[in-house]
Amino acid sequence: MSNEEAEIKEKTRVILEGIGSKRENLIPILQKIQEELGYLPPYAMLEVARFLNIPDIDVYSVATFYNQFRLTPPGKHSIRVCMGTACHVKGGYITLAAWQRRLKIGPGETSPDREFDLDIVACVGCCAMAPVSVVDKKVEGKANPTRVDGILLSYQLQKEQEEKEKN
Amino acid sequence: MIQREMKEVSLTIDGKKIKAKEGEKILWVALENGIYIPNLCAIYEKMQPSASCRLCFVEVEGEDEPVTACTEPVRECMAVNTRGKIALRLARTSAELLLASHPVNCGHCLKNRSCELQKIAKHLGIKLKTKRFRKLERNLPIDESSPLFIYDPNKCVLCGKCVWVCQEKLGIGAIGFTRRGFKRMVSTFQDKPIGETTCGQCVECVKVCPVGSLVFKNDKRVE
Repeated sequence: MSNEEAEIKEKTRVILEGIGSKRENLIPILQKIQEELGYLPPYAMLEVARFLNIPDIDVYSVATFYNQFRLTPPGKHSIRVCMGTACHVKGGYITLAAWQRRLKIGPGETSPDREFDLDIVACVGCCAMAPVSVVDKKVEGKANPTRVDGILLSYQLQKEQEEKEKN
Repeated sequence: MIQREMKEVSLTIDGKKIKAKEGEKILWVALENGIYIPNLCAIYEKMQPSASCRLCFVEVEGEDEPVTACTEPVRECMAVNTRGKIALRLARTSAELLLASHPVNCGHCLKNRSCELQKIAKHLGIKLKTKRFRKLERNLPIDESSPLFIYDPNKCVLCGKCVWVCQEKLGIGAIGFTRRGFKRMVSTFQDKPIGETTCGQCVECVKVCPVGSLVFKNDKRVE
């Protein structure tokens, strides 16, 4: 982990080069870090706080306030569960619960092996297929808990196949 | 102390004739003269009032709408009414919304009888168990990591007094507001337990908490 820590700190320092250390630069800095690293690691936030000479909590405060910032690394596969009106009526919450149960993570989190990240989205614009989950940008219609298991199984098989080919 | 303008003005609050320094906010003038106006987020030393609790609404003669007493400066010949129907209706709604997500297990709370929320509810004539709004509690874990105090985020009314003391007054910056909307709470960096942060256990935050969210550990009554 300490290796990763040093790497993140170094990357953050590179990003911070040439940026003024004024407090108003906080959001642009965080956006840039997320653009480069895919998320806001704690070490990066600490580095930013030190750079702007503000308390750590102020950086965390802003990072948790805006939906655009994510605090966990993105997984290899992204899962977006629709919570729009139609999907809600068609049991989107049951689908979300199925994802949570199978992946053992909550919305906005990433599985420890960094294979999947789970999040909630509002309407994705295909209400006729409700309840919808968007898996790696592919829209999965009528995504009930059985379909959730099916999708995860296909990823598992795919992973096993890849490993076999490697050996 | 902050220098305020010294010119005096005379005004009336609830019919009582009062002399006050020009530019002083209605809230502080009223409180100084023994007239209570409900408030949670008001801090005298704070230059810019946050005016976020929406409890200190009063009516000023000649103005169409109620104003927040913590932001409105006193003027010569001003006539303030703290008992106006419209103002109290607004304040009541704010208080009821706060109580709708506040655990009212007062008998087991260390702040029972010295709680600002109880005082406000009594003043506004509302029940602690509000019927108007659906009860929606947050069910967040209680932080007992500090050797001196307990932090129960569920009881927090988000007045911001502890955050102001920790950040602005003392410059420690161990606690602050995080998240947004209903999930908004006072927390630490990465939501670490308070005992594991830069908090130096000065307990100034506990002293300013108007409710039972931050309480001392050595109190005899423990839940």
